[in-house]
Amino acid sequence: MLSIQSLSKTYADGTRALEGIDLDVPNAEIVALIGGSGCGKTTLLRLIAGLDHPSAGRIALDGEPITGPHPGVGLVFQEPRLLPWLTVADNVGFGIEHQPKRERRERIAHALERVGLVGHAGRWPRELSGGQQQRVSIARAFVASPRVLLLDEPFSALDAFTRKDLHRHLLALWEEVRPTVLIVTHDVAEAVALADRAIVMRPHPGHLDDTVVLPMRRPRDPAAPASEAATRTILSALDHSLRPRDASRAPQLAGGSSF
Amino acid sequence: MSAPAILSSDEEQSAPSARPGRVAVLGTGARLALGLLVPLALALGWEVAVAAGVASGRLLPPPSRVGAALWTLAASGEIWTHVEATLIRVGLGFAFGASAGILAGALTATLPALRWLVDPSLQALRAVPSLAWVPLFILWFGILETPKVALIAVGVFFPVYVGVAGAIASVDRKLVEVGRIFRLSKLALARRILLPAVLPATLTALRTGLGLGFLFVVAAELMGASEGLGYLLLDGQQFSKPDQILAAIISFAVVGKAADAVLVALTGPLVRWQDTARDTL
Repeated sequence: MLSIQSLSKTYADGTRALEGIDLDVPNAEIVALIGGSGCGKTTLLRLIAGLDHPSAGRIALDGEPITGPHPGVGLVFQEPRLLPWLTVADNVGFGIEHQPKRERRERIAHALERVGLVGHAGRWPRELSGGQQQRVSIARAFVASPRVLLLDEPFSALDAFTRKDLHRHLLALWEEVRPTVLIVTHDVAEAVALADRAIVMRPHPGHLDDTVVLPMRRPRDPAAPASEAATRTILSALDHSLRPRDASRAPQLAGGSSF
Repeated sequence: MSAPAILSSDEEQSAPSARPGRVAVLGTGARLALGLLVPLALALGWEVAVAAGVASGRLLPPPSRVGAALWTLAASGEIWTHVEATLIRVGLGFAFGASAGILAGALTATLPALRWLVDPSLQALRAVPSLAWVPLFILWFGILETPKVALIAVGVFFPVYVGVAGAIASVDRKLVEVGRIFRLSKLALARRILLPAVLPATLTALRTGLGLGFLFVVAAELMGASEGLGYLLLDGQQFSKPDQILAAIISFAVVGKAADAVLVALTGPLVRWQDTARDTL
């Protein structure tokens, strides 16, 4: 269980990026964080990854507080961020160098097979397409067997076909390792395709605005009525979150979450 | 109206595709030969002009006489003494200057307090032309090997210092974060991310430094030496032997290029991953 309690982040320049975030994510759940730009999605992910420190509040993984990069938490960045001087295989194995050589080799081979890049093990990152590079970066996060995997808009720079293909690879890896997944996205279809729960965020300061539960079975058909209904619900929640604060005050008071 | 439009678009398409084809037709050997064409033609032209009596060749001897001078120097073994002396000076100066440059660059780039403390002074010293140190070095170190090596070391130090510090300062913070996510220790971060990331720029800085090393060895040897290729130049000037001067210049070119090639060959495997073709730098 990943639990976040009254988490806030104010940057040195006074920007309130996040305020009062409370979130519990049970093991193996996939949560999509969705919202417009500037609502603190990436900040939240960086805090959970331990790359930045919160101004207030706490984050714990299975009761263990997270104060810095944690062995149980993996992060896939928005860009592949592969190390250009390492081959594809060495990039995948970057985080497990302490493991015995044979086990390491087997894990790398297995992960590469899972993301469909077996034949590319010895190539340089620059020789791969953007989608292939992002698959390598997902494999790199998965070989370390994280308990929580964070993905920061990992597919936003890719075309729709590649994105769909990567959703498939991601779910296949998830089935195998079953980590808790938090994926930041601004693509509603992506949230509906992947997540058990979509959380809509709201800016100034960033906070969690609304939650949409997505109970459909996988694999999901984006054209199925349940998916379409979920898409509509999320879109209306997003629309709601983009409206000025005054217009939405009444329902928030009704929820009893403000003041 | 449509016909010319199709024609022009055809041309546009064929032009870029033909270029790589044409380059591929010229193999490495052919390209080398093409590069030699201009100097060979000039040499031959001058040779013929002097032989035909059109030019005297007194101040600019024809290639045959330069070749003969070079051969005499090589046969007597004299040139090897000079090449050896020059190489030892460049080697020592380069070793001192480059090590100091790498060390200073790495330290100032990683420790901000040290950077604020010494970088302004170093930048001020960098603005001093290295040759301006010559009189002081002679006063301090005499006229033997020490001032020469010191001058070369100073010349090598600055480009290496600036190159290494710049390379470290411009390491992609995003790649450093990858190391942090995998909880690399400070040492592992330096070894597995910083070092490979700064290597290409460092090697370029070292090559620049080596080139400057050869520049300053000439200056150092011209200010007084009993051996070395620079001495050969000075000797040729004082005794009016232009063929010997040209022989020394050719030796400088060969030795300098060879030293650079050795540096590239030794460090090539380290930056094999790079996109750019290094040997064309």
